[in-house]
Amino acid sequence: MTARIGVVTFPGSLDDRDTQRAIKLAGAEPVALWHKDKDLKQVDAVVLPGGFSYGDYLRAGAISRFSPVMETVIEQAKSGMPVLGICNGFQILTEAHLLPGAMLGNNHLHFICRDQKLRVENADTAWTTDYEAGQEIHIPLKNMDGRYVADEHTLDMLEAEGRVAFRYVDFNPNGSLRDIAGITNEAGNVVGLMPHPEHAVEPLVGTGRTDGLPFFTSILKKLVNA
Amino acid sequence: MSRTPLDTVENAAATPDVELPWAELGMKKDEYERVVEILGRRPTGAELAMYSVMWSEHCSYKSSKVHLRQFGEKAPQSDALLVGIGENAGVVDVGQGYAVTFKVESHNHPSYVEPYQGAATGVGGIVRDIIAMGARPVAVVDPLRFGAADHPDTKRVLPGVVAGIGGYGNCLGLPNIGGEVVFDSCYQGNPLVNAGAIGVMRHEDIHLAKASGTGNKVILYGARTGGDGIGGASILASETFDDAKPSKRPAVQVGDPFQEKLLIECTLEAFKEKLVVGIQDLGAAGLSCATSELASNGSGGMRVTLDDVPLRDSTLSPEEILMSESQERMCAVVEPEKVDRFLEICEKWDVIATVIGEVTDGDRLEIYWHGGKIVDVDPRTVAHEGPVYERPYARPSWQDELQADDANKLPRPETSDQLKDQVLKLVASPNQASKKWITSQYDHFVQGNTVLAQPEDSGMIRIDEETGLGVAIATDGNGRYAKLDPYAGAQLALAEAYRNVATTGAKPLAVSDCLNFGSPEDPAVMWQFAEAIRGLADACQQLGTPVTGGNVSLYNQTGEAAIHPTPVVAVLGVIDDVARRTPVAFQEDGQLLYLLGDTHEEFGGSAWSQVVHDHLGGLPPQVDLERERLLAEILISASRDGMIDSAHDLSDGGLIQAVVESALLGGKGARLIVPDGLDAFTFLFSESAGRAVVAVPRSEELRFNDMCGARGLPVTRIGVVDGDTVDVQGEFALPLDELRTAHEGTIPALLA
Repeated sequence: MTARIGVVTFPGSLDDRDTQRAIKLAGAEPVALWHKDKDLKQVDAVVLPGGFSYGDYLRAGAISRFSPVMETVIEQAKSGMPVLGICNGFQILTEAHLLPGAMLGNNHLHFICRDQKLRVENADTAWTTDYEAGQEIHIPLKNMDGRYVADEHTLDMLEAEGRVAFRYVDFNPNGSLRDIAGITNEAGNVVGLMPHPEHAVEPLVGTGRTDGLPFFTSILKKLVNA
Repeated sequence: MSRTPLDTVENAAATPDVELPWAELGMKKDEYERVVEILGRRPTGAELAMYSVMWSEHCSYKSSKVHLRQFGEKAPQSDALLVGIGENAGVVDVGQGYAVTFKVESHNHPSYVEPYQGAATGVGGIVRDIIAMGARPVAVVDPLRFGAADHPDTKRVLPGVVAGIGGYGNCLGLPNIGGEVVFDSCYQGNPLVNAGAIGVMRHEDIHLAKASGTGNKVILYGARTGGDGIGGASILASETFDDAKPSKRPAVQVGDPFQEKLLIECTLEAFKEKLVVGIQDLGAAGLSCATSELASNGSGGMRVTLDDVPLRDSTLSPEEILMSESQERMCAVVEPEKVDRFLEICEKWDVIATVIGEVTDGDRLEIYWHGGKIVDVDPRTVAHEGPVYERPYARPSWQDELQADDANKLPRPETSDQLKDQVLKLVASPNQASKKWITSQYDHFVQGNTVLAQPEDSGMIRIDEETGLGVAIATDGNGRYAKLDPYAGAQLALAEAYRNVATTGAKPLAVSDCLNFGSPEDPAVMWQFAEAIRGLADACQQLGTPVTGGNVSLYNQTGEAAIHPTPVVAVLGVIDDVARRTPVAFQEDGQLLYLLGDTHEEFGGSAWSQVVHDHLGGLPPQVDLERERLLAEILISASRDGMIDSAHDLSDGGLIQAVVESALLGGKGARLIVPDGLDAFTFLFSESAGRAVVAVPRSEELRFNDMCGARGLPVTRIGVVDGDTVDVQGEFALPLDELRTAHEGTIPALLA
């Protein structure tokens, strides 16, 4: 018995097949979901992958959040279904108000692709239990609009409630406030981050590290043990 | 306002004396007369539009054709070649049922006029060529050349080009795994923006650009047609820049990578369901090219109703619709009973698709507009039987003087301190400096199959997750060498790309090229071109790597000043198991460093002569293709059998450049000993070809030496991976931190 994890393909999604591969490598069953389809095919969790859905036109994630599939994702996320948003997926989650704050263009105005050092600040979310709090990991980062912003009140709240899930270490690649790389909702089932854990799951490709695999093993354990 | 009547075929026959603007469309008088002769009457406005773009230098290869034939005539026997020159891109068999298609093209002129869009649409165009062969694009590479790094205009052009390549390629989800960035003042007014792409398919999925089967439907799908890029090929790509003329910006197309991403997915889905008989992308010359080439390559004729073309701007004339180079469009030939399914797939991906015509049983291409026939031509005369020029060529009078100006006689460093200073100056010079600021603006990781990416010697992509089968690609060119000797320069470009592929452990299989030169109307340039092709064709024959296709870019010239002749060569290789690939970075302290090949005093065209003396003269390094082949065999065997842990080819900048790069990437220093028979200067800076530096684990030393000895490859032990300095014993020691600051600081300081 394994878990079924859905990966939504929006028009312009790019890392959807890579995310499916990571899910498979972790031992779960990836299920392709289509943006026009409200049916989640009875998956146990959903990943919104990276890419440039709708070409990032208007604002990154601003159009995708109105997709038919998102109606169901939003509804089920509110009743506890685990949802992970990676990069463009994180942008969609903030646009959908499942996570607070917003993403602006990188402060240096360039796309940036690098092997990024992060600190896991919260190892209690549905997607991070296979890490230890304070653990430092390297995960590839690649985006144009990765600068996390929120008002001071929201930032203080996130800090106070332990909802900053990941923080950039040594180098802030985009000007994100308080070095925030990823956050979680209050219940810990919805997590979003800019770096791409699905690109750090095999020693042979990408940066040659496997620091991203625990995202997918964490969720698998949670779902199988549930 | 009076409205001119529609210029139909009938009207043209009845009004032979109407003057047409052939000169404004870039045609020469004799070319126009030839069109009149072919048709037996004056062309209609629409026909003239088609002939003018299709007979442009960019589309017809009229100046280069007579030379390019050598790639076919001298092509080596190769079992790997599945599709050769003439199609959208060549296709190579890489084993296990997989076929790989790859090609390099230029988008030089548009990128100078409008850097972001020019470069972006260059990526878009080459990717559509790959899709049109039936393949899923898996990677892109971008060989780039700009004017002097510290020239103010370079700061306008380069950041725009880099952002355009990233903006488009990143949005398509294609990892950017290789290429080059070169600065030289000869490219000041004519930057070279070449774009390469690789695609993967199964053998049975190969598609060709031909319209066959009477009654089959011609479907135009993708973006709507607008007024952008009208005459791009004939006006921009086929003339030299001249300050007196009005701005050419409107001739540059505007890209929409999101639309192209949808086009990729929807095309691949249609291929998967076997819905497509023939396919052609719309690039240079737009619909004129797609319809005439599809019809010309097929068995019948074609009838097209231009009124059915979805427009972005309803005021476009039929001539403009035929010439528009609006991006993100493709043309498919589909059997009538499969049209509905094809349109359904397009709708799924929100791609506009329209039946605009059908294959007929005649041999004419007929195009209608508002009920009138405005084109009635033999498509071959448009697509394939354009003018062919035997341009006069002659060895330039200055060539002897240039070669006599021997770089080996330049003053050399006399003390260890001078040697050390020159090393620092070299690794910090714009051409030798780290290009991380540029390449970090490209996505390397997307698709999850990137095994190696720049600054590795070649990019490498895994194409089968189960077996580990992979492909490698390297692009190289050295305009300085080619200027000194175009024949040898072209061979050195091939030799370097071939070597780079082998250095990573892959076996070189096939070649694509992008030939960038000045004006073909200058006999000196034409001589450079003829020599370069002869050199490349001879070398491909000897190395057994056929040219599968490519692109010629002429008129890279401002006034009298042509660029250095710059043949850029891409070599594709295959590796059975990507787990065996060899990286550039030093892996472990204590490993032994060996220099493979022979080092001579060769400084003509070298980075040293440029950086230290601002000099270009003498002869480029000698070419020994048999040595290149042997070196490649050794590198591939050593990788497969686990005898080496890192390797780096030696090219511009010589040995010290290679060692510094391996050291900085690995975060490990090296102790080097100058071998007997060489002076430190020649050891460090010579650019002799056919060489590489490898790091050998001590446990493999004996086996590795035996292999080299048995096969007759000269091998010299030159030191050991060790510590945190690059130490040339008896000369100097440079800490990695200092080298890193020098090597990585230059480009951001100039361009960020």
